[in-house]
Amino acid sequence: MSTIDYTKNEVNVKGTRSLKEIDDLIVAPLDRIPNKKFFIAIGFTSTLLLIGTIGIALSFYYGTGLWGNNNPVGWAFPIVNFVFWVGIGHAGTLISAILFLLRQRWRNGIARFAEAMTIFAVITALIFPIIHTGRPWVAAVYLLPYPNQHAVWVNFNSPLLWDVFAVSTYFTVSLVFWYVGLIPDFALLRDRATGKIKKVIYSIFSLGWRFSNRHWQHYEMTYLILAGLATPLVLSVHTIVSFDFAVSILPGWHTTIFPPYFVAGAIFSGFAMVQNSLIVIRKVFDMDDLIPLKTLETMNKIILLTGTMVGYAYSMEFFIAWYSGSQPEYFTFVNRAFGPYAWAYWTMFSCNVFIPQLFWIKKIRTSIVPMFIIAIFVNVGMWFERFVIVVTSLSRDFLPSSWAYYRPTITDFAILLGSFGLFFTLTLLFTRFLPSIAIAEIKAVSEGAQPSHHGGEDHE
Amino acid sequence: MSKLYSVAALFKTPDDIMHAASKVADAGYEKYDVNTPYPIHGMDGAMKLKSSKMGYYTITIGLTCMSLMLFFMYWVYNIDYPQVIGGKPLFPLPAFVPIMFEITILTGAVLTVAVMLIFYFKFPNNAHPLHDSSYMKAVSSDKFGVNIEAVDPKFDLDKVKAFLASIGAYQIDEIYFDEEEVNTKHKILDSKFVIGMFLIAGFTSISVYLHMNKALYLPPFDWMLLQHKVTAQDHSDFFKNGISSREPVEGTVARGFMPYLYSEDPDGASDNLVNPFVADEENIALGKKKYLTYCSPCHGDLAKGDSRLNGQFPNGPTLHSDKLLSWTDGRIYHVITEGQNVMPGYKKTVTRKERWAIVNYVRKLQRALDAKEEDMQ
Repeated sequence: MSTIDYTKNEVNVKGTRSLKEIDDLIVAPLDRIPNKKFFIAIGFTSTLLLIGTIGIALSFYYGTGLWGNNNPVGWAFPIVNFVFWVGIGHAGTLISAILFLLRQRWRNGIARFAEAMTIFAVITALIFPIIHTGRPWVAAVYLLPYPNQHAVWVNFNSPLLWDVFAVSTYFTVSLVFWYVGLIPDFALLRDRATGKIKKVIYSIFSLGWRFSNRHWQHYEMTYLILAGLATPLVLSVHTIVSFDFAVSILPGWHTTIFPPYFVAGAIFSGFAMVQNSLIVIRKVFDMDDLIPLKTLETMNKIILLTGTMVGYAYSMEFFIAWYSGSQPEYFTFVNRAFGPYAWAYWTMFSCNVFIPQLFWIKKIRTSIVPMFIIAIFVNVGMWFERFVIVVTSLSRDFLPSSWAYYRPTITDFAILLGSFGLFFTLTLLFTRFLPSIAIAEIKAVSEGAQPSHHGGEDHE
Repeated sequence: MSKLYSVAALFKTPDDIMHAASKVADAGYEKYDVNTPYPIHGMDGAMKLKSSKMGYYTITIGLTCMSLMLFFMYWVYNIDYPQVIGGKPLFPLPAFVPIMFEITILTGAVLTVAVMLIFYFKFPNNAHPLHDSSYMKAVSSDKFGVNIEAVDPKFDLDKVKAFLASIGAYQIDEIYFDEEEVNTKHKILDSKFVIGMFLIAGFTSISVYLHMNKALYLPPFDWMLLQHKVTAQDHSDFFKNGISSREPVEGTVARGFMPYLYSEDPDGASDNLVNPFVADEENIALGKKKYLTYCSPCHGDLAKGDSRLNGQFPNGPTLHSDKLLSWTDGRIYHVITEGQNVMPGYKKTVTRKERWAIVNYVRKLQRALDAKEEDMQ
């Protein structure tokens, strides 16, 4: 049996590279003309984006009648996609903020990338409630409390308005957090830049950062504060998203388990998405030792944990539906599992609860191909979870005469594809134009980067 | 003209820089700085820096903005536009909690970063003397540096260089700067800046013009202004005569229209019309307002025929004459409606109710000058 020395921090970046080599490796994708693989990838994702753009343009021209939304199921695809994408974003903040506070050093290699994914996911998510208003150029501004010619204000009692505040705060704070982390790296890029235009751009974004320790001192404190603020924020965002459902009185929505269950689900799907993207990035850019297999394994363990929590929530919903003695509640859940949307329910259940259990086996959670496939299943499952929640409850509510079956149309699917296109196009552009690993952070945790003892007083 | 900014020394390892920093601090230098590619643990102690106070800004700003938001929501719901939603009280505190929380986080995070960058670091500052030096290029990547500024009271070029060499620096540079370069005075009149501002102004005006005048009228962005419906007075090809609705049958009157039957018949008006409005407080107030607007310029504020325009305009007669006192309400109403001699008719500018209110008010004025026995009680 091997023994582990817990008194020492594990080295997270193997000492095979000097600081200079770390710079070169991370900055390399920014300096060279990308290879063929990159152009194929971005060609594919921008095609998806184009399909989505056409879908949205048609919806604006002809109206939202092009969508499958019908009378009981008014929320349908746009809200499903919104909740899905906001959830994807949560893993990024979890990695960058919560794991930072918990001093989980393995996060350093992936934090920047995960934060970028948060921002892109929230951008993608924001499209959906906005297009769901039908005429966003008319309606979107009324989401904010501003003095207007109608002399009316928004309804501060409404969970939908809390959502506006939560998601816009989440986006702004994530962006600020990300940018603060990028400032030293922009300064490094500025000092490496050879072309004049690049130098001007990097100078502007670096704000004139000088790597001064008098600055690092406040910088580190501010970073810690931002992490401390982002931690309750990330938990609040999906909590408030779940309020959109839980505060209503619809059977299947009106449950107190929703906030924790949504947060667990968000982290679950977010980690799956980050894991998928990281596997691609570390292969394409040859960063195997900056993003070691151990990081991916740790992520798989979190997927296993949150997947099991989600499974618990599914079962507990059923138990409460029976235990509450409320007939509409009971009917809704039986209807979910055995009604017209049973296919969606069981897709969700198997992808989210059964398949991730394979991660108990060490061999599966440490080999790339199986973990990649399982994470894809997780994302499919989590999309279906939101579909099941939104559609099954709405399509059969209290009054049987108003029941209707919801069928998405081709426009709905075009916009869904487009959202993936937008997300991955932004991600690819990010890896091309910005350092996808936080250089200053990774240097600080590489071997021999910190003095062998603290303070210089006893150095005589 | 170039001036010396500082002497900058480079070191190779984190241990070296820790040692050097504490030596520089011990030697009593104040205007010096340590530049490292990443934050080094324990450096604050070596430099003897006080711990950062950023947290106090965060909590002050966050809590202040949270209170302001709470007050704003209170103001909206209780003062500006009170309305009952879902039977909840006008100040539903639990419903405000999520928004108060989000505002605290938002302002706390954004403004803390702004305070740090703007007030602590004085950023953006790309004109700092250290920029573009070989020293800066080294410390941004993999070297560690100390620089002692020329403004330090203990600064002496040769001594500083010897001192830095003695604590193990492998390279020592003198950093110079051009005063013109860091001078920010009168830059507002710089031709590039002025032209840039004009270009921004031009671009903004053109795009706002195009947005407000063109884009808004393009489907589907037309704000529902363009609709396939017939509006009043519109041309329409649906009917042969080109008007948008059928012509009304004979004798149709507009809604609310009251025909006046005595336009050529003052005696008829006198005999048949009865004031339909009671001279209550509200009616008198209305009559006073309209009288002062339309009648007083000629007849005078108290209807004595002594208006401020006397002599410049045909003098309006007094309304306290015996003739007027003997007239019925209907007769006065007729004069207001149709006019008399040079007085124009007011049926188009003053509504029926207002005309009757004026009659009531005139009656009140008459009574005031011609009081009866019973009014004295």
